Amino acid sequence: MLLTGAEIVVETLIEQGVTDVFGYPGGAALNLYEALYQRRDRIRHYLTAHEQGAAHAADGYARATGKTGVCIATSGPGATNLVTGIATAFLDSVPMVAITANVGTGLIGKDSFQEVFITGITNPITKHNYAVRDIGRLAHTIRTAFRIAGSGRKGPVLVDIPKDITAAVCEFTPEKPVEPEKPAKPDPELLRRAADLIRASRRPVLCFGGGVVSSDSSRELAALVKKAGIPACRTMMGTGVAGFGDELDLGMIGMHGAAAANVAISEADLLIAAGVRFSDRVATKADCFAPRAGILQFDIDPSENCKNVGVQNFVIGDLREILAGLIPLVGPRDRSEWFARLAQWRKKDRAPKEIPGVLRPHDVIGIIGEEAGEDAVLVTDVGQHQVWAAQYWKRAKPRGFITSGGLGTMGFGYGAAIGAKIGAPESRVIHLTGDGSFHMNMIEACTAVSNRLQVVTVIMDNGGLGMVRQWQSLFYNSHYMATEPERKSDYVKLAEGFGARGFLGDTPERFRAALRNAFAAAGPSWIVCPIDRREMVLPMIPSDRTVKDMILTEEAFS
Amino acid sequence: MTESQMERGKVALAMLVENHSGVLARIAMLFGRRGFNIDSLTVSETNDPGISRITVTTHGDRKIIGQIVLQTQKLIEVRAVRVENVENDIQRELLLVKLATTEEQRSRILEVCGIYHGDIVDLTKSSLIVELTGKPGKIDAFLDVLSPYSIIELCRTGMTAIGRGPEAFQYEHRESHQA
Repeated sequence: MLLTGAEIVVETLIEQGVTDVFGYPGGAALNLYEALYQRRDRIRHYLTAHEQGAAHAADGYARATGKTGVCIATSGPGATNLVTGIATAFLDSVPMVAITANVGTGLIGKDSFQEVFITGITNPITKHNYAVRDIGRLAHTIRTAFRIAGSGRKGPVLVDIPKDITAAVCEFTPEKPVEPEKPAKPDPELLRRAADLIRASRRPVLCFGGGVVSSDSSRELAALVKKAGIPACRTMMGTGVAGFGDELDLGMIGMHGAAAANVAISEADLLIAAGVRFSDRVATKADCFAPRAGILQFDIDPSENCKNVGVQNFVIGDLREILAGLIPLVGPRDRSEWFARLAQWRKKDRAPKEIPGVLRPHDVIGIIGEEAGEDAVLVTDVGQHQVWAAQYWKRAKPRGFITSGGLGTMGFGYGAAIGAKIGAPESRVIHLTGDGSFHMNMIEACTAVSNRLQVVTVIMDNGGLGMVRQWQSLFYNSHYMATEPERKSDYVKLAEGFGARGFLGDTPERFRAALRNAFAAAGPSWIVCPIDRREMVLPMIPSDRTVKDMILTEEAFS
Repeated sequence: MTESQMERGKVALAMLVENHSGVLARIAMLFGRRGFNIDSLTVSETNDPGISRITVTTHGDRKIIGQIVLQTQKLIEVRAVRVENVENDIQRELLLVKLATTEEQRSRILEVCGIYHGDIVDLTKSSLIVELTGKPGKIDAFLDVLSPYSIIELCRTGMTAIGRGPEAFQYEHRESHQA
């Protein structure tokens, strides 16, 4: 059938199984929006307040569902506003297809109104991108974009389409949805060697991360850990993925990880890395990371081999296949001495102190966990609240903890939570944010209101930029430059102004009651939780230091 | 990659890539954003018009060279990457150098050019241009000998290389990603 380029875009999206897209219209995108109007029975378009919100929503949707998220923006500023959202998805390997309209082909390269070279701008933050010049290749290009986004190590792909191409007409033949490329099977010889290493190890530690979520392998991971009796820790991206019971669960590693996990890594003779990439927040000083251990790494991306730390054994493949292949090859072994040492280190990990009547950070996360139910999806912004959430979130549900781990994008949370709610409407979605992050993109409240989405925003309000302030406390003589803004924002009134509900949750009891009210109501709510601004995220290993320099308590530096 | 190459830390990479606009920018951007060095770069179409061949000379330790290969292979439009084998490859670079000469210097320069098999491709009363092809090391040596003279302008193409013997540099045949 003969279709316009815009219709080809929309038909190809439908063909790929897309039911929801996030976007913002504009001059160059008008043809696309006409085609979306014609097919509004098949694809729901969610208008955000800002294109950045659309990109984060597509990202949150993808993280909550495992499907490829789609966002649409017009040329120029529409396209550049997607950039932070695309980079966020890129750093966390989230499948996304971003479609940008551009000015007509004849106007490209002439600094025309609302023209930017978005494929140049997004080159280093996409898996691949396309500037379409031939309508005959449009359908194939969009299909390939979906295949690239969802294959191997997933990630964002951008397709830029000039306005004249969305208006032109071309023959279109529907096809089946593209299948992701099948990764090569893990090498059986390497798997046998991996099993030998695990069997021979007296002090093994396994560390898992976001790769477990992308490969949907939390069951295989838990089975391997339990069968071989390997203590396991996680990166922030592995939060909420699996629970193993106390003895095997060391908690989070890295800059704000548990003492037990960090000491265990530094003492282990074998580190098994499953879907992690050894970022500087995990290997805080790469040269001294896991100094006594051989590293056995499993990853789908061959370029992770020796990227940040030296790796002696690297198995390429789908993590689920690797873990499943290993399970029959391993068995229990007596490592009681190792577990006794781990138990000693675990004692160093302080439990946060309860202060009756005072709402402390761990109370906020704990109460959310109790009230939101097993199926909850916790979406964070970035800063202290994010790390507290990663430390204290106890739910074990893959895709139930969504955070901007790699890029650390303040302002990620609201858009992502909206996308997550649309992708997982049956789940209770909590958007946990801080007053700093929330000021960046609180405007997305209008999106939640317009679409009657029950997204519950919990604002941990310490009246400033807590994480930066913490660094200033520790390393800059408490010079609080630009971190104590003295804003007078009234969140309850603001929520009401947007047409949402606002609550004050200033004690554990009032916070719990507010959460219950928010979950009982349709539509979005905001709950503001005042937090003492002196609260810090601890423990902490300063940048470029090791576990030896770990700060465990506030007293250590007061 | 041989041990001696590793010690010098200087290697040449050959890549077969899709031949359309934007591909070179993507490779240059990858090198730029990851902090890999490009010492020289040559690009041209091959006997398959859909494929261009790129030769990059770069330097770094084993870990960096390994990363350059792995990261480059991830680019969608890159079909094949290999580290060139110094012992087995024909490596060539072209030099064009314009020298200011006096009457008495000219014969000495011509003598040097003769030894290096350089061609004089332009000659005026006060200048000449030498064309020289060879391994980059030969060109370095030639320029060293010329250093007492006054160089007006110099350009080198960067090295290109091809393996000896009947085997071809294999690459994946698949559809172009041109949109």
